[in-house]
Amino acid sequence: MPRPSSSSATTGGADLLCACRDTLVRWGKDARRTAGLMIGQPDYDAYVAHAAVTHPDQAPLDRTAFFRLHEARRFGEGGGFRCC
Amino acid sequence: MGKLKTALIFGAIAILGAVSLAVIALHQGESISAVWIVVAALCVYAIAYRFYARYLAGKVLGLNARRPTPAVRHNDGLDYVPTPRNVLFGHHFAAIAGAGPLVGPVLAAQMGYLPGVLWILVGAVLAGAVQDMIVLFMSTRRDGRSLGDMVRTEMGPIPGVIAQVGVLMIMVIILAVLALVVVKALAESPWGTFTVAATIPIAVFMGLYTRYLRPGRVGEVSVIGVVLLVLAIIGGGHIAADPFWGPAFTLSGTTLAIAMMAYGFIASVIPVWLLLAPRDYLSTFLKIGAIVALAVGILIVRPHIQMPAITPFIDGTGPVFSGALFPFLFITIACGAVSGFHALISSGTTPKLLENENQIPLIGYGAMLCESFVAIMALIAATVLDPAVYFAMNSPVAVIGDNAASAAAAVAQWGFHITPAELENLARQVGEHSILSRAGGAPTLAVGMAHILSGVIGGEAMMAFWYHFAILFEALFILTTVDAGTRVCRFMIQDLLGMAVPKMRQTQSWTGNVVATALTVGLWGYFLYTGVVDPLGGINSLWPLFGIANQMLAAVALILGTVVLFKMKRQRFAWATAVPAVWLLICTVTAGLQKLFHPDVKIGFLAHARKYQDAMAAGEILAPAKTIGDMHRVIVNDYVNSALTAGFLFVVLTVVVYGVGACLKALKSDQPTVVETPAEHELTLADEAMDIARA
Repeated sequence: MPRPSSSSATTGGADLLCACRDTLVRWGKDARRTAGLMIGQPDYDAYVAHAAVTHPDQAPLDRTAFFRLHEARRFGEGGGFRCC
Repeated sequence: MGKLKTALIFGAIAILGAVSLAVIALHQGESISAVWIVVAALCVYAIAYRFYARYLAGKVLGLNARRPTPAVRHNDGLDYVPTPRNVLFGHHFAAIAGAGPLVGPVLAAQMGYLPGVLWILVGAVLAGAVQDMIVLFMSTRRDGRSLGDMVRTEMGPIPGVIAQVGVLMIMVIILAVLALVVVKALAESPWGTFTVAATIPIAVFMGLYTRYLRPGRVGEVSVIGVVLLVLAIIGGGHIAADPFWGPAFTLSGTTLAIAMMAYGFIASVIPVWLLLAPRDYLSTFLKIGAIVALAVGILIVRPHIQMPAITPFIDGTGPVFSGALFPFLFITIACGAVSGFHALISSGTTPKLLENENQIPLIGYGAMLCESFVAIMALIAATVLDPAVYFAMNSPVAVIGDNAASAAAAVAQWGFHITPAELENLARQVGEHSILSRAGGAPTLAVGMAHILSGVIGGEAMMAFWYHFAILFEALFILTTVDAGTRVCRFMIQDLLGMAVPKMRQTQSWTGNVVATALTVGLWGYFLYTGVVDPLGGINSLWPLFGIANQMLAAVALILGTVVLFKMKRQRFAWATAVPAVWLLICTVTAGLQKLFHPDVKIGFLAHARKYQDAMAAGEILAPAKTIGDMHRVIVNDYVNSALTAGFLFVVLTVVVYGVGACLKALKSDQPTVVETPAEHELTLADEAMDIARA
């Protein structure tokens, strides 16, 4: 998208740097989330955000309990299917 | 304007793909660069994804972006979580990518590279990716239910139970054949055995670390684990050279088979956090890393394909596996072209994480294209080797003898020339006593990978390291599959036994756990053991059984897809699933009947049994049997394999009958009769406004 012509070259450069950094941070976050899900661990932060909206009255599981729950599920009944 | 751009871009891709395919198919004489195969594959995938996957999504399935997915409807932040599509793609790919696409193409390379490349491409585009996509679609429309469940609700309770028993039989064969691949790779190899054994204490350390020291810190413990693994690979070289430890880690196939059974039993009854889960982290990350490394390696080194386009072995006389190109090529390359096992994954976790129906083409179709590309790379790794080396590594002792001189003489008869010294030298380079008769795919792939990766880093000095790195990565994720699979089978068996003895169903009960695990290990252990002592190498009879089972499961999934399309009143598009289903049925039923009744003792189980019976009647003893008791066992094994093959045929043919019945019934109704979760609240007007604002 063309930028307004009034913006000077320096701010344009800073914007670009910002945009690059944001993109890299987002990629890093996605990569971490992907790696977690590959081993059966969904995103903890997403869970906390979700719990805050839907069950504000209850304390969410802490990180360790969340981790152990998913560890047990991955290899529990109905889980753990893996391809040949 | 947009249309013109698309037409230009994809026109160019089509031309490039056609040129590459022409080079691959028509080139005679001098070797061609592997890059042609890579380019051809990528062009085919791009066109298939842009046009066919889009056609399936729009016309055939009628995906509806406004219909809430299970992840949206049941969002609980735990099991049902709307997940960004890139993240979910990675998860789904990691779940479907296993040892199958690495081993099958290596075995199929005995027929030359061309048949394998064509089947991997055509199979993935028209069958495999279609299956994965439609199963994901069906499960998404049914709250993420499993394949067996869907067969039951759409086709009836009887085919439902039959399909579930079929899945159990398939699991057992898969576990046995994968375990056999590991045994074949580690037998008589102290270096490999040490590194794989070292993963046990490393995993236990990681388990204790994530349990007590730093709970849940998977990232850092995985980095520590990988560093320890690399040290184990380096240390393995010294262990193998040690006068005491070298022989101590040199184990025979039968010892390793028994050790694997004991280990599989222990690993699946102890708490998962101690061994299974941490090794899963290592194997998952190593698997993705190794696949990426192989892709980068091929692009940097651009190796030349040494194997002929087509070898004389398409007539079925090949030493690696017996049977002609049709149907056995289509059985041998299962995963990578089409794999029924993916139907279990696509109806497992993935549909519960899907954000929107319009992501089904990317996740279902796209991830399978990536898996297919892994198979292409495995085929490249096997065919860049000197064919003489390939055949010396993959032919059984019974065919090429047990030393380099006899092996060189045997492969020379097939027209491939190598000196015994060269064979011995290659074994020394990769740090092994011998590379002869190491069927099973893993060692061949490892030599191929070492050949490619040492071209990027380290040169010949690093060959042995890369070889053992490749062996370790394959063994590691096969072992994880074996342990996790043993647990899955255990739960299935407990469920089945629970019908008779309700107490068995309690998965927390120690007795139920031990009994069902022992049964599971006994089942796959039996097939593993018979495979190890088989003079033709075991892979010869077990891999086709696995292939038949896996492709039959794919046929079942595609039949279900066809039934569902009929019940949705979309039968005019049902050819998209019916055509690949029919092709798989033709291949698997032909292969199944040949495994039963073929007069050649190398192919037909019954002919093999008859040969031993006749010998016994004449008072002779045939190798590998040494006593009359051994002879009896060989015959019993043949009958067990025959019964299993007949069982697979029964499963698939029953599902066909019920499937045709369900389609005819659906035709008579003038209403859709499909059993989907109702789209109770399609997105509201407010959501729609949000959608528009976002776009």
